[in-house]
Amino acid sequence: MKKSLVLLSLGLLAVAQITNAADVTGTISLKGAAPAEIDIGPTMTESSPDCAALYAGRKLPTTHFYVVGKAGELADVVVSLKDAAGNAITGKSTGSSAPAVELDQKGCVYTPEILAVQTGQKIIVKNSDPCVHNVHTSPVDNPESNQVQMPGGADLTFTFAKPEPFLKFKCDVHPWMFAWVSVFDSPYFAVSGKDGKFTIKNVPPGEYTLVAAHRKLGTQTAKIEVKAGGAVQNFTFDVK
Amino acid sequence: MMKHKYNPALFWFAVLNVIATFLLIGLGGLVTSHEAGMSVPDWPNSYGYNMFLFPIKDWVGGIFYEHTHRLLATVVGLLTTILALWLWFKDARPWLHWLGIAAFLLVIVQGVIGGLRVRLNMDYLGIPHGIIAQTFLVLTAAIALFTSRWWQKTETEKPKAVPRGLRRHVLYVAILIFLQLIIGATMRHQHAGLSIWDFPLAHGQLWPSTTPAAIADYNAHRPPGTVGHPVTAFEVNLQMVHRLVALLIFLSVAAAAFLARKKLGGADGLTKFAWFWFGLLALQIVLGAATVLSNKAADVTTLHVMVGASALLAGALWWLMAARRMRQAEKLK
Repeated sequence: MKKSLVLLSLGLLAVAQITNAADVTGTISLKGAAPAEIDIGPTMTESSPDCAALYAGRKLPTTHFYVVGKAGELADVVVSLKDAAGNAITGKSTGSSAPAVELDQKGCVYTPEILAVQTGQKIIVKNSDPCVHNVHTSPVDNPESNQVQMPGGADLTFTFAKPEPFLKFKCDVHPWMFAWVSVFDSPYFAVSGKDGKFTIKNVPPGEYTLVAAHRKLGTQTAKIEVKAGGAVQNFTFDVK
Repeated sequence: MMKHKYNPALFWFAVLNVIATFLLIGLGGLVTSHEAGMSVPDWPNSYGYNMFLFPIKDWVGGIFYEHTHRLLATVVGLLTTILALWLWFKDARPWLHWLGIAAFLLVIVQGVIGGLRVRLNMDYLGIPHGIIAQTFLVLTAAIALFTSRWWQKTETEKPKAVPRGLRRHVLYVAILIFLQLIIGATMRHQHAGLSIWDFPLAHGQLWPSTTPAAIADYNAHRPPGTVGHPVTAFEVNLQMVHRLVALLIFLSVAAAAFLARKKLGGADGLTKFAWFWFGLLALQIVLGAATVLSNKAADVTTLHVMVGASALLAGALWWLMAARRMRQAEKLK
């Protein structure tokens, strides 16, 4: 009886915690004009005409280092929570039960190029192209892997056990193809969309350090307090 | 015991092996210059195919360099095997039998290291792979020299002596070039892009500062299009050592050419060869500068690798030819 009461109390406490949890939201902006992107077209045409042929009648792609809206809304910024002291939040991953994230190779570029997952969360890599790719991860803290993916071949599944910022996926066949996966040991992160907005959901109340990281523009941090109604924090990056 | 005599078929076959090896080094250079070493993730198969049956339509992008490198490597492996057997059964010189076996074993080791680099995702295995390639080139060229008519002919007149000091000087310079190639291979297999992108100065200085603040500043001002992880102090210092050793080699080869002219006369074959060697070094310095100023353009960087290999080969062959001449001179004493 006593045991049941304790378990019930713990359950209620957990439910209460989730119920109190709130969202951290905000908008990321870029101040100033973004540097010019690099034109991939000449390299693609020269080394992989099969890829260039996929763009028949369309403009060949450029890099997507700075995805910026008309009003300066900045996409592809990885926003995450650390504790109040600025230490990474660890041991909170729900990655093993979280839905898989999809990374496609289409038009000989990775889509999306910036994504974030939890430790243990599956990344399903697809090949929607009619050509071969190799999917080569170049981590710092996780094991490296390099796998074949034929056109129409089976999807590849990747998981990472250790947190790591901007873990590189690349294709050595097509040296302009990169995707950058940030791995967290908690579910408290988001990637800003094309409107510059981000939402980190179900954050327990408390004080945190909010980190906004852009692969080219660097990292900004802000101290925030998450209350029952959530928290709002915006970031503005300057072009260096 | 068989008396050894010049076998033109064997000699030209050995030369063919040297040419194939040299081209293989060039193709290997293109693999690294295009960062294509891992573009075929399996080995010895290629994307699940037997490597000889891999469809040509899929030889695109990085695969083209890596796959053709593998195919040419099998050709060199086959040529070396035939050469070793030919030497073993048809040449009268036991030491040359073993040199053929050494070449055979080295080409096997080289192939396995290349395969392990792919299978184990070990970038740094590219360093021994590059070093063995240079060693193998010298070995195959030495075998070709030993099977040449020139090496086997008997002199009737005492040849002009090559002073021991000059021979030692050339040997030490050849060893220095080999060390320089090791430094170069280490720089290339950092996969870090350029750590210094100006020349003749380095980050605007004679010897660039490598304090953490200076390194952070270099990384903040890397030129557009630079690839690779952030520059480190080790990489900056390594490139500076490479530049200094290059200068030392250039001056040493110039000294060798002047010494050869002084001691052997301008018309001597070894003097002319020394001037050719000097020309290679001058070209190599230009290519080194062009490698930096072109932000490691793949073709320029690969030419730098090939001329570097040629410079090592020239030094090694010069020394062997001088040694052979001295031996002939001793016989005619």
